[in-house]
Amino acid sequence: MPNRHSPDVVIIGAGVVGAACAYYAARSGLTVAVVDRGPVAGGTTGAGEGNLLVSDKEAGPELDLALLSTRLWRELSAALPPETEYEPKGGVVVASDEPALKALRSFAEDQRAAGVTAAEIPADRLAELEPHLAPGLAGGFHYPQDAQVQPAQAAARLLAASGAALHLGEEVTAVLRGPSGAVRGVRTARRELLAPAVVNAAGTWGGEVARLAGAHLPVLPRRGFVLVTEPLPRVVRHKVYAADYIADVASGSAALQSSAVVEGTPGGPVLIGATRERVGFDRSLSTEALRRLAAQAAALFPVLAGVQVLRAYHGFRPYLPDHLPAIGADPRVPGLLHACGHEGAGIGLAPATGVLVAAALTGAEPPLDPAPFRPERDYGPADPVPPQEQQS
Amino acid sequence: MSRRTPRALVGGAPQETFTFRFDDREIPAAAGQTVAAALWGAGVLAWRTTRGTGEPRGVFCGIGQCFDCLVTVDGAPNRRACLVPARPGGLVTSQEGTGHDDLAV
Repeated sequence: MPNRHSPDVVIIGAGVVGAACAYYAARSGLTVAVVDRGPVAGGTTGAGEGNLLVSDKEAGPELDLALLSTRLWRELSAALPPETEYEPKGGVVVASDEPALKALRSFAEDQRAAGVTAAEIPADRLAELEPHLAPGLAGGFHYPQDAQVQPAQAAARLLAASGAALHLGEEVTAVLRGPSGAVRGVRTARRELLAPAVVNAAGTWGGEVARLAGAHLPVLPRRGFVLVTEPLPRVVRHKVYAADYIADVASGSAALQSSAVVEGTPGGPVLIGATRERVGFDRSLSTEALRRLAAQAAALFPVLAGVQVLRAYHGFRPYLPDHLPAIGADPRVPGLLHACGHEGAGIGLAPATGVLVAAALTGAEPPLDPAPFRPERDYGPADPVPPQEQQS
Repeated sequence: MSRRTPRALVGGAPQETFTFRFDDREIPAAAGQTVAAALWGAGVLAWRTTRGTGEPRGVFCGIGQCFDCLVTVDGAPNRRACLVPARPGGLVTSQEGTGHDDLAV
């Protein structure tokens, strides 16, 4: 039976999306418990770069979510402590040749109509924005709305600000349901947390949590590597990447794709992301992925060829076949909500996701139409499944 | 001489001694010694400043794990002084911050 300690909502997942859901649910007046089998930011959040990007999203529902999040992150940066390392540094997307620049121009045109600020930068003015950029590029676009946070700090500070009860190192072994089928809480090895609502913010493992609750969500892992250089002074001012990255993000291919996204950090190291490949939960190191990232980063910024890479890390993006997250109530299981499947954009999309989940929990008017993110939607045909995923 | 140094214990003697340059002075070293060991032998305990607050740093772990003893060797910054062997006529330069200030934009 619920007692006076029972929260209004249990959130499964202490990554940045779970943290944002906790933050906005608490601000709506709900009492919140967050449970995770690992530590805060122990999954995909801790393996990210902290990208808050509008530049890589084509006009559509995900871009609308990103634009709302951009505004919310700016508000949050004032409410959260400086360790969050919010940097409204802007993005620069460069094209290596004239056809790529033309494609970028029409991409930006559609984005502008959706509310994105994008300014074309002719080739001879790129060096004003990024003095170390390689010569010979055809041109680029400046996206002042792109920003960055330190993702693990962002998750931790959001959770702390939410005041939610935290149960870390406790894996959810069952989602409890009443006689009518409605969710009534979760069970871990140590306790039962009873609540009338449960939010699945388990990221790449959201499919398993959905299964525990008797629902289906086709979340798949998409592996990504990031290179970390030795600490440097500011050598890269913006988020800088080549236009090919946009095609990689939108692709569903299982094969290794790479296009370097380069950014400095307040700590000093330059981060070089982001490969994408569908290899299941294979944690082995791919020297080919690292080699390609390093070569592409040095092609964009020749100065990086003379800089040491200290380490690499990798994680698994939660990927849904139609490249949109699942956000909101699941009509198949009353009391169950989802907030997962954000692929490589979870840090950026977390606040808007949290606001939509809080609205779904309280019945408030959502700030944008949540219909495209319905968890029970038809996700379309799955991409060809690589052999590693067939085995599991 | 009964000093119980590791070398004395095995009855060893340096095969070769030489000097290398550290900023504006000559540091004596023996073949096989690391830059850090030679600097310590000459009474130099700090050769780098931290990039945030400019605090002095020298050897901490001494076994290549902590990256505290970074120094510029023959123009290359961020070498671990506790691992790099001293070289006759080498040039070791104390390092400010990242050692890459020339790249700042």
